[in-house]
Amino acid sequence: MNKKVTTKTSRREFILSCSKALPLTGFFFFPLSPGKSLLALESGAYDPTKHNYAMGIDIHKCIGCGRCASACKQENEVPSEPHFFRTWVERYVIEPNGEALVDSPNGGIDGFPDLDNDVEILRSFFVPKLCNHCSNAPCVQVCPVGATFTSRDGVVLVDEEYCVGCRYCIQACPYGARYLHPEKKVADKCTFCYHRITKGLIPACVEVCPTQARVFGEVGLRSSPLRRFIRFNDIVVLKASLNTKPKVYYAGADGEVR
Amino acid sequence: MNKLPIPQQVISLAIVFIILIAIFIGARVLLIPESFGEYGHYRADAVDDNASRQINYAGYNACFECHDDIFEQKENSNHDKVSCEACHGPTAKHVDAPDEFTPTAPRGRGYCPLCHGYNPSRPTGFPQIVTTLHNPGKPCMTCHDPHNPLLPHKPEECSACHREISSEKRVSHHSTLTCERCHKVPDQHTVTPRFAYAEKPAKREFCGECHAKDVRAPKEIPRVDLETHGDRYLCWDCHYPHYPEAK
Repeated sequence: MNKKVTTKTSRREFILSCSKALPLTGFFFFPLSPGKSLLALESGAYDPTKHNYAMGIDIHKCIGCGRCASACKQENEVPSEPHFFRTWVERYVIEPNGEALVDSPNGGIDGFPDLDNDVEILRSFFVPKLCNHCSNAPCVQVCPVGATFTSRDGVVLVDEEYCVGCRYCIQACPYGARYLHPEKKVADKCTFCYHRITKGLIPACVEVCPTQARVFGEVGLRSSPLRRFIRFNDIVVLKASLNTKPKVYYAGADGEVR
Repeated sequence: MNKLPIPQQVISLAIVFIILIAIFIGARVLLIPESFGEYGHYRADAVDDNASRQINYAGYNACFECHDDIFEQKENSNHDKVSCEACHGPTAKHVDAPDEFTPTAPRGRGYCPLCHGYNPSRPTGFPQIVTTLHNPGKPCMTCHDPHNPLLPHKPEECSACHREISSEKRVSHHSTLTCERCHKVPDQHTVTPRFAYAEKPAKREFCGECHAKDVRAPKEIPRVDLETHGDRYLCWDCHYPHYPEAK
């Protein structure tokens, strides 16, 4: 009737044996694939840990010719249809009542049409936009599979093979810098022309800019043209309040630019 | 009885667990790419994938090796800092096989206005034309050499380049003043504008030549007391000289 269940192990013994098993459980969570350094870049002259890239954009110099957006499409094989851009140029027109009109027909590649006659201009300027390569990137945080990441040289990249095309990152980016590649069905964005910068070239948009409105360089190197640009201009980053810590620095940006 | 009696169901459960754990480990090994997690929560090989893409724009220096004659032309021109590929398109293929691939060269009237067509959003002073009024139908290259875009003749008026300023000044109270009244324009400025800038007034007293309380000038000109009016500011901090009545 009232049989007592007797065990030979006391509670103390049980806990002790459990603690002995603990290291075993650790085995399962230990990365099973300790990485091999397969990177060709590692062995070569390029050392990603010694770089931290960023871009500066001088709005006073931008003439809105759209060569950057065009060169970007050709360099990176971005689909030629409108709405797919890694970089594009926006035209801002601020009216006397403070209202801002912003347009970017085909990213500015074919030029900008004349404004309507009833638009009164208080001030107007062009703003080239691209991925801000945030130090605290929201797109990297939301990626469920680790297909988008910040590389060791501070560039936010997409792993095309690993991306599942869920578009979380496109939603998360406050700058609208990402799009879903219509053929590859993966997220795509500006890479600062990673294939160029790792070989000592500058990004294609910086290469073709006829007025040097774009400056590319290292954040950490005092002699870099970018650091000079930051020293000599009043710098604004877009949507600083979001704490994304963007690394595209705008000079001469108006309060309306976001 | 020293040994703990293990019931049958525990043993079979343990077997099931071992199989499940084995499947888990197997799946991990199979599914996780080899380089995942090497530097962070991503595939380290993806960095290589990104870096190994094809380069289409060869870069400024690549052109110099063969076309140094054009560089010499361009060097002292207004287009000195315009990259070759800004107009000629990507040239990496041309660099690899110069005879097989020829880069494009825009010769029509459509390309130059992308930069030089008048647009009020462009920075003031940037040379712009109204395409419909400026020698309609003629390709730009008949008068201008893009590698050394000197003007075919000196511009007769400042408005040829400074259109926006002149159109504003024309309707303002300052319409009767010539540009030279305030700006010293070196001759060279009409040929190579960026190598010889026009001078701008530097002091409040310059505006005071007409607008100070005690100068001899027509009565209609508004006067201020330079001593008390907007003390430490320069006049053009508040008043736009090309359109002084602007609100």
